[in-house]
Amino acid sequence: MNLEKVLFAFFSVLALTLNFGFFVGELDDPIHHNAYELFAALIVSLIATIMKFGDRAHIGALLLATSLVADLQLIAAAMVWGTALYITHTDLTQGPISSIVSLSGGALLANLISVLLLVVETATFRR
Amino acid sequence: MQNIVFLMLRRMRLPLIVLITTYAVSILGLVLIPGQDDQGNPWRMDFFHATYFVSFMGSTIGFGEIPYPFTDAQRMWTTFIIYATVVAWLYAIGSILSLIQDQGLRRALAFSAFARKVRRIQEPFHIVCGYGDAGALLVRELVGHGIHCVVVDASQERILDLEVEDLPDYVPALCGDATESDTLLAAGLKHPQCRSVLALSSDDHVNLTVAITTKLLAPDRVVTCRAENKESAANMASFGTDYIIDPYEAFARRFGMMFHSPSMYLVWAWMTAVHNAPLPEFQKPPRGQWILCGYGRFGKAVQRQLAAEGIDTRIVEADIDTTGAPPGAIEGTGTEAGTLLQAGVDSAAGIVAGTDNDTNNLSILMTARDLNPALFMVARQNRSGNRAIFGAARIDLIMHPGTIVAMRALSLILAPLLGDFLRLARDQDESWANVLVSRVVGVMDETAPEIWDIDIAPRQTPAVSVCLAAGETVTLADICTDPRDRNYRLPCVPLLLKRESTQILLPDMDEALRDGDRILFCGRADAFDHIHHLVHDQRALYYARTGIDRPTGAVWRWFAGHRTATSR
Repeated sequence: MNLEKVLFAFFSVLALTLNFGFFVGELDDPIHHNAYELFAALIVSLIATIMKFGDRAHIGALLLATSLVADLQLIAAAMVWGTALYITHTDLTQGPISSIVSLSGGALLANLISVLLLVVETATFRR
Repeated sequence: MQNIVFLMLRRMRLPLIVLITTYAVSILGLVLIPGQDDQGNPWRMDFFHATYFVSFMGSTIGFGEIPYPFTDAQRMWTTFIIYATVVAWLYAIGSILSLIQDQGLRRALAFSAFARKVRRIQEPFHIVCGYGDAGALLVRELVGHGIHCVVVDASQERILDLEVEDLPDYVPALCGDATESDTLLAAGLKHPQCRSVLALSSDDHVNLTVAITTKLLAPDRVVTCRAENKESAANMASFGTDYIIDPYEAFARRFGMMFHSPSMYLVWAWMTAVHNAPLPEFQKPPRGQWILCGYGRFGKAVQRQLAAEGIDTRIVEADIDTTGAPPGAIEGTGTEAGTLLQAGVDSAAGIVAGTDNDTNNLSILMTARDLNPALFMVARQNRSGNRAIFGAARIDLIMHPGTIVAMRALSLILAPLLGDFLRLARDQDESWANVLVSRVVGVMDETAPEIWDIDIAPRQTPAVSVCLAAGETVTLADICTDPRDRNYRLPCVPLLLKRESTQILLPDMDEALRDGDRILFCGRADAFDHIHHLVHDQRALYYARTGIDRPTGAVWRWFAGHRTATSR
């Protein structure tokens, strides 16, 4: 067993599960979507991205790309949140919260692809 | 370059993860710790303000406690995270700095910068492997003639030498092992503009590897190799190395020539002299008993040639067993009077100091001169740095392997016909050589002649080709006429005219040129410029042929036509 592989898979899967945890619930209900969950999803997603740095295989490049997409989506979601609270002062009404959740839904998709790729890579791995 | 990006990303993984984790923990702590607003109501910092606070605190800018003054619990946490973020930043920056100073990374950077520069070369160039005596001289000469080259050498010091050398053109150089094919590929082996590969290092094995690599990866590139051993020369020839230069053999052959036809030797010496070198003088070494100190590769080659000339040699060699010196050889270095006297220095005609140690060679000659001042002295100079002391020692003939290799390689690039000319000249007699010497002396002043060749072809000589296509005759004399005043002949001598399979040695000036002719010239550098002008400029060529300065503009042409019509 390779510790690097374990950590790699751990962060990839954790990014997906946290992302999913934030995403589930009514699209327009702020109570179903917790700020801490988004924070955790974003941080874990960033760490997962960095763990994918420097992998020269083709599948490595694909993994990095999906991870970057997830980061971008989550950062966008966090920025929408901050903007709604402090800049436009609209509070988390239905409009902002639904765009935040749908952005995180996009990130969820990217994370899903990332994990699928990981599974495919593991399945095709031969000694 | 891509490898370097990946390498940097890989090395930056841990520092970045540490940085992100530290930030995440700091922000989370600030959000979780209860605080108070300005009215004393319980208040919790949100992610937006926490991120803002940690961002300016972590980079030690410090705007203060916002949006409300902190409680003591928040201050305690802040104290902790100040140190945590500073340490994380120091670690990340330290990693970047150590990465930049990493030797492996620097080498990788230098390699990719070199490969990029070579890829961008737009004009024909040559790859020179080995920047020793021969390589340095060749590069200087090539660049002086406006030819691009790329240098590969295993020694960093020599690459630095090249960088401080004041060359008129930029020469990309790489400190690397030329025996690795990657190095040669980076140096442009497969570059469409690469013309030839010159393996000039003093290590035959390196040259051999370069030649094999080139012939396997890019078979149509011309390979020129320096070989100091007969075995490696034969090996190189076996897989089609185009030119093999053995400096010892080349010198010995010329030295032998000095005995039976000194004028022919002079022709050789002039044609292969260094750019702007003083014109070598006529010398005729005396026949008689010769002493040969050092029976290595050089000594053996000289001894063989002297024997072919019917000259007896006494050999002085320090290590008789390993060199396989013939019976009768005298043991010793030759630097002490005893050995030289034993070899019969007082009655000898000449002495060759041919060991691989410059100091010993000089010492041999100084000792010999004391014993017999009338000796003809030949010295082998191994290192070009010793030029000054060899020059001061009043030696009749100096053999410097680097110069011989470099000049031979240069002539192969500048004037490929020179080899043909020298081969043909060897079959001529001494009186022919005397005539040639006097003709060359007639056009030259103090310095050795330049050698160049011209191809009569539409692209190389447009003006001549236009005349030939119109059915007019252009003679050799026409393109050797001074374009400023056609009563004068340019200071040059046509040496060889190659027309399909026939070769005309010293062609007649009335020889009519044909398309596809190749002509080898020797002469002064300004003659080259004028000939170059004549074969390109139709008007100049017309003047040279007819003496009429033809007007080019429409009005003047009409006017000139009108005038000739009325004068008729």
